[in-house]
Amino acid sequence: MSADAIVEVKEVGKTYDGGVEALTGVSLGLPRGRLSTLLGPSGCGKTTLLKIIAGLIPPSSGEVWVKGKKVDGPGPERAFVFQDFALLPWANVLRNVAFGLELRGTPKEQRFEVARKQIAEVGLSSFESSYPHQLSGGMRQRVGLARALAVDADIILMDEPFSSVDEQTRRKFQEELLELLRHKQKTVIFVTHSIEEAAYLSDQIVLLSPRPGTVSKIIHPNIDRGGRDPDEIRRDKNYLDVVDEIWQILKQYI
Amino acid sequence: MEQRSRIASPVVWQLLSFALFFGLWEVAGRWPISFAFPPFSKTFMALLRMIADGSLPKAYLSTLQPLVIGIFLCSIAGIGFGIGMGLSRAIEWFSLPIFIVLQAAPMAAMIPLITYMYGIGLTSKVLAVVVLAAPVIVMNSYKGIRNTNPSLIQMCRVFLGTRRQEVIKIILPHAAALIFAGLRLGLAMGFIGIVIAELLITPTGIGDLITYHSSVADYPEMFAAIASIIVLAALTIHALERLERKLFPPEIRGS
Repeated sequence: MSADAIVEVKEVGKTYDGGVEALTGVSLGLPRGRLSTLLGPSGCGKTTLLKIIAGLIPPSSGEVWVKGKKVDGPGPERAFVFQDFALLPWANVLRNVAFGLELRGTPKEQRFEVARKQIAEVGLSSFESSYPHQLSGGMRQRVGLARALAVDADIILMDEPFSSVDEQTRRKFQEELLELLRHKQKTVIFVTHSIEEAAYLSDQIVLLSPRPGTVSKIIHPNIDRGGRDPDEIRRDKNYLDVVDEIWQILKQYI
Repeated sequence: MEQRSRIASPVVWQLLSFALFFGLWEVAGRWPISFAFPPFSKTFMALLRMIADGSLPKAYLSTLQPLVIGIFLCSIAGIGFGIGMGLSRAIEWFSLPIFIVLQAAPMAAMIPLITYMYGIGLTSKVLAVVVLAAPVIVMNSYKGIRNTNPSLIQMCRVFLGTRRQEVIKIILPHAAALIFAGLRLGLAMGFIGIVIAELLITPTGIGDLITYHSSVADYPEMFAAIASIIVLAALTIHALERLERKLFPPEIRGS
């Protein structure tokens, strides 16, 4: 396992109460400051693995270590972006973004100041007092991302964050995510079932095979993204090769 | 087509519906279907007389007392109990079956038993209200708590919320709309309870007016008393429903 892995997953298995085995013998390291993707067909336990890393679900066997400490629940160094956004419907954007800090007891002025900054970073400044139902799916997910950034965690866990937004928004959001992360020293663990999304975003792709979920291959796409136009990246030979390589592997699980 | 539908607003249709109803009542009363069935006009005049001579306001003072006390007790204990059932598996385990049975049972059948145990005073009437109103209030509070979006609870936990914060900041605001709806339904049941109590236990208040005027064959007065409680209950419940929609518009509700 590489020395600078900020998250280490050691022989993790998960069997649900009904006897369904979701994960078995999963071991991997997730490098600090990089974007890693957990990719696989539905039923491969990728969301389960992410929630085990988050400390939301206890593993049945094995251990997860984050920053040299064993995980036994959620922690301040990890933030989560939910597939269904998980925003408070009765709270406006400002309170939603500040909610993580509210739970930690940060004084109102202070947490709103942080929240305003994050809202500006995700481009929603004029929507601070809007409610979630007044926003589009893409905007709601920006609120979810801003909330995760506001608590200033080192690790951001994202559970299929773009799966409920339309394709145009999705592409724009992916580009913005890369742009946003370029300047921050964040480790991102990203769950997706989209091969293109994984290849486009990731420094490391963990391919999971289904029933029970286990690591089938780890790919390090060597795509040069530095200052390049997104469309150029999508025509890059390395990018296309990675997409093809993943497809050849995933094909056999269908 | 569009022109025509614009002329008839919902309010116009509602008023027309009332006018048609009262018109039919008037015709049926004059037919006459039965000597004990007065037309609308006579009933309405009797209603005005009873307001003027103070007998109707006085009756309502005594009818509303056990209703208000009963609903007040239910809203404290019933909501508290429902929330407890929603939050604690242990409380749920021993009390959910009871409330499921209570909600389905014809609770009015218990009123003779209440009279037997608690006599004919205020206590019995309050109890009659409680027995009818409590199940729906408890069950709605319980369901409100239980229906909390699991994703919001995970969100609270992942951002390091304590169980206390989870209850106060997520679960209770989420359940508020259903709890309020439970109170509204409970009040509707309470109206039924208080009328049954006043007819079956001891004739007081509006129950007394109905019983008395029927015994001396003042049928317009009797119908005016019946109609007045129906109107009062309908208007109160309707007002609460509007308040509910204002306080908890569907888009900011949790589910």
